[in-house]
Amino acid sequence: MPEELAGVPGAPGAVAGPVRHMTDAVNDLGPAEPPEDPEVELQAARDALTEVEMLLEKRSAEATNKDVAEILSAQAMMATDPALWDKIAAAVSGGLPATHAVTQAFESFKTLLEAAGGYMAERAADLDDIRTRVVASLVGSPMPGLPESSEPFILVAKDLAPADTSRLDPSMVLGLVTREGGPTSHTAIIARSLAIPAVVSCSGAAGISEGEPVVVDGDRGVVVRSPDPGLLEDVARRAEWMANALRSSTGPGRTSDGHAVGLLANVGGIKDAEVSAADSEGVGLFRTEFLFLDRAEEPSVDEQEQAYRAVFDAFGERKVVVRTLDAGADKPLRWLDLGEEMNPALGVRGVRTQRVRADVLERQLEAVQRAAKASETDVWVMAPMITTVGEAAEFVAMAHDQGLSRAGVMVEVPALAVCADDAAEVVDFFSIGTNDLSQYVTAADRTIGALSDLLDHWQPALVRLIRTITDAARSASIPASVCGESAGDPLFALVLAGLGITSLSMAPASLPLVRASLARHTIDDCRRLAELALTSDDHQLARSSVAEAAHLPIR
Amino acid sequence: MSEMSRTVVVGSRVGLHSRPAKLVAEEAGKLSVIVKIAKNGGDPVDARSLLSILALGAKKGDEVIVTAEGEGADAAVDALALLIERDLDEDDA
Repeated sequence: MPEELAGVPGAPGAVAGPVRHMTDAVNDLGPAEPPEDPEVELQAARDALTEVEMLLEKRSAEATNKDVAEILSAQAMMATDPALWDKIAAAVSGGLPATHAVTQAFESFKTLLEAAGGYMAERAADLDDIRTRVVASLVGSPMPGLPESSEPFILVAKDLAPADTSRLDPSMVLGLVTREGGPTSHTAIIARSLAIPAVVSCSGAAGISEGEPVVVDGDRGVVVRSPDPGLLEDVARRAEWMANALRSSTGPGRTSDGHAVGLLANVGGIKDAEVSAADSEGVGLFRTEFLFLDRAEEPSVDEQEQAYRAVFDAFGERKVVVRTLDAGADKPLRWLDLGEEMNPALGVRGVRTQRVRADVLERQLEAVQRAAKASETDVWVMAPMITTVGEAAEFVAMAHDQGLSRAGVMVEVPALAVCADDAAEVVDFFSIGTNDLSQYVTAADRTIGALSDLLDHWQPALVRLIRTITDAARSASIPASVCGESAGDPLFALVLAGLGITSLSMAPASLPLVRASLARHTIDDCRRLAELALTSDDHQLARSSVAEAAHLPIR
Repeated sequence: MSEMSRTVVVGSRVGLHSRPAKLVAEEAGKLSVIVKIAKNGGDPVDARSLLSILALGAKKGDEVIVTAEGEGADAAVDALALLIERDLDEDDA
């Protein structure tokens, strides 16, 4: 009988294959007794550290990805760090064997980095990775790491470190399962970029035997033991479709009969501008918060201009839709006191911060305008959390006054969606933020996992509200896009296109499947699917009836 | 022995993290004297130690104090100070 092990979706797709477990780290450090000869013990520690340094340097040199090479080279440096060595030497002199001394020294730096928070805390995981290698070398155990195999396999690990993922051979690793880690872990991100199905946070995977055949379903977030022939067939069909889609999916978004649906990427900072290399028609949501959060003062117009310019230049002549500052009590700014709120999602956030400090938005629009003028980019601006038609008109006028000719609004507050026909007359475009719109329309907090069914983008109320917005946009002949998780769902994207959405903005990794999905349907197909979703009175029924009617191997 | 000291503002966008921290530690390793870095009156740390630099948690715009003693201290402090002030994340652009 098939047995399902619950996890969390890490990367889309499904695959079947035999399991190989990653070699785990040595946990037994031996007794903490004083070594017979501290000099010998010190030399052993030094040898082990050097061995690991050389190994990491070698991997860094072999790595094809520049970022991975950089991380590995930094890890190599950490292995022979002079301050780390001082701690190890002191501990050995103090009567500890090398295994314990090394562990203690790494732990103390790990605590320091974790205390520093943010980026540093992420590097703390690097230290664990280096330490387990040094300890393995000291006790003569095999280096923890990837299993050797002559046939492609499904890798099961506690979690993967950058040093491991850099050596992942996509032709040998069919799927990834981690016992720990979440959907935003390093493992999940790497799996998505390599297009390998992944399930994370699957604690039950520890019990799978070496070589046992399983199915990894990254769409549903489960691992299936003893899969039956029906499931294996389904998996093969899905895998083939995905491989085909990824291979053949390029260029602008089109239905099979040539109806254009723009495919754009969501970007959250200068680093993300690297996604410019992805096959997209530009940026549908450029979040500007990164510039404003975590600082003592508001960034100057000059600094903002430079930062926007860097993103614009990365996208050349393509389109970039800038969303103005979306701060609030949940994303506090040190230089803009919004006070404590009982209900941050319903508080002074997004464009509402205007009520507290009107000049901030003016300066941001000036910086955007200056950067736009100096670049080739097709720059659009939009404001978040617009609630009334009056607010929409005011923002658009402000942007136009600055010389920004394409000014629109995010539609994420139901009040604006309901009045979309009037709003459409005063803006240049709509961009529907389905994540917030769905939490507001269902009165279900996005951060509460137990309410996730209400937040499902297949909820008929959300679909019908989107139709209100697209109908208004069509009457006024303005574009309406979607920038939310729902845009990256290959099935729901068809419904959106059918409702009249003109472009979709999503995480870059989601683009190929959505593009392939559109390319398999005519715009009339999409309209029929939209009708199915609109007339369903239940979110699960909406999804399953659309899945059944669509030409996709998704159930 | 004369002690050289300079206060500089961290120039890298990401602060003294990742790549900038590594470049500083590498440069310090090439110098003939030991250079130390301190933040906000904290304990000075060995600039050759990447881990110690990371643990400082210095962000863009933070002030750090660079010190060294002995022969060549002047040039060594200047070299590291210059590096810390630059936006080291920009080098690839």
